[in-house]
Amino acid sequence: MTTATLPTRRDEAWRYADMDALARLGADALDAWQDIAVPAGESLTRCMVVGSDAPELHRLRVTLGEGANAAFFVTNAGGDYTRVEMEVRLARGAHFEFGGVTIGGAGVTREFVTQVVHAEPEATSNQTVRAVHWAGATGNFLGEIKVARHAQKTDAAQDFKGLLLEAGASANAVPQLEIFADDVKCAHGATVGELDEAARFYMMARGVDPATAQRLLVQAFVGDAFVALEDDAERETLLDAALAALEGARL
Amino acid sequence: MLTITDLHASVGDKPILKGLTLHVPAGEIHAIMGPNGAGKSTLAHVLGGKPGYEVTGGNVEFRGQDLLALEPHERAAAGLFLGFQYPVEIPGVSNVQFLREALNAQRKARGEEPLSGGEFLKLAKDKAALLKMDMEMLKRQVNVGFSGGEKKRAEMVQMGILDPAFAVLDETDSGLDIDALRIVGAGINAIMRAPDKGVLLITHYQRLLDVVKPDKVSILAGGRIVETGGPELALRLEAEGYDSVMA
Repeated sequence: MTTATLPTRRDEAWRYADMDALARLGADALDAWQDIAVPAGESLTRCMVVGSDAPELHRLRVTLGEGANAAFFVTNAGGDYTRVEMEVRLARGAHFEFGGVTIGGAGVTREFVTQVVHAEPEATSNQTVRAVHWAGATGNFLGEIKVARHAQKTDAAQDFKGLLLEAGASANAVPQLEIFADDVKCAHGATVGELDEAARFYMMARGVDPATAQRLLVQAFVGDAFVALEDDAERETLLDAALAALEGARL
Repeated sequence: MLTITDLHASVGDKPILKGLTLHVPAGEIHAIMGPNGAGKSTLAHVLGGKPGYEVTGGNVEFRGQDLLALEPHERAAAGLFLGFQYPVEIPGVSNVQFLREALNAQRKARGEEPLSGGEFLKLAKDKAALLKMDMEMLKRQVNVGFSGGEKKRAEMVQMGILDPAFAVLDETDSGLDIDALRIVGAGINAIMRAPDKGVLLITHYQRLLDVVKPDKVSILAGGRIVETGGPELALRLEAEGYDSVMA
């Protein structure tokens, strides 16, 4: 049975969403939550390349038991509105790692929306998101961190960087911290900039053509999101998917 | 090899080069000296094709080609190397990856086969040894965390790997201690002192010219070459200063 109705932009978590695309997707898609439980002491790593020519909504609910470890790495290179949402609940001493890249042009909105709940003490979380956009496209990272009253020694970090290859593209970062414990560390940072022209000229002065220079710089930029991924082959797959999306970008 | 004729160039609306003429034939190391603000770095940037520098007159012929009509990467493929006064840091890109991409892009532009990973590493190792640079440094990110001297040595390793026909070296001696100066100077001699190569060596000080002996020395002042002579001109400048020599 469908219970969901379409949200509006007044809902904080949908503030920068593409509502037309969401309507095309239909309200049923909102019900499609994927539930993942990582039992105490266990580890899970998942890598995803998401996006196609149609709107996509990926909703994941992850529950981590005591001392559990979950790592998610995502390349979001959709050709239409593509949203990845994660609701994460951490028990004592658990760790959540998230690395995400939104990349693309064509006026499309691509976004990550995370809600990380530090429900018990001593849990840690680290989120690194990179957004590379052009041609009127938008990349969003809405990251909410909730620290429960007794969740002391929480250590949570969020880092967002946007790289806009031309005017008209945009990147939005909305960190939201709700902290009810007093002995916690919560760090967040967000910057948006353009391609480093000095670096690009330096590369070209050595003979690197403009497209390759741009690819190398973008590769270095998005690579941050996948540093925590130890599997080289998986990392390559995510990077290749991101760089494939770069083909056709303006130089 | 490199012929600059009546070159005028501006940065923004400000004219910096005002009719600069200079010829450097193959086999010549030509030092350019001059007071601050004379246009030395502007000359280097214009030759390299840096964005933001507008050529408003004159021309530059390099190995029979119109240099100014080429994009920066095409100039490199044509055999021009620009040694940066302030080498740029590129986080996330290793020297090895950067230089292999650069060398193979140049080779491709010249219709040559790319070097394999193994061939490239051997070449890089040889050139690093020439500049007494640890190969481990080349595996690190481009210029990130390098000291001023290490950056300049890394520039010369790059020059060794790319093996250009002509090098424009913009104050390659700045920021070097005495030992590093000798190493870098010896590197320039080893890589560029050849009958079919040329160097435009921009410097403030005689001390580099003690190691890299120039065939000619020119003084650049007010955007023009005001005097050209042999190595003795640099010695006179060192002893007497610009004001008295140019007076």
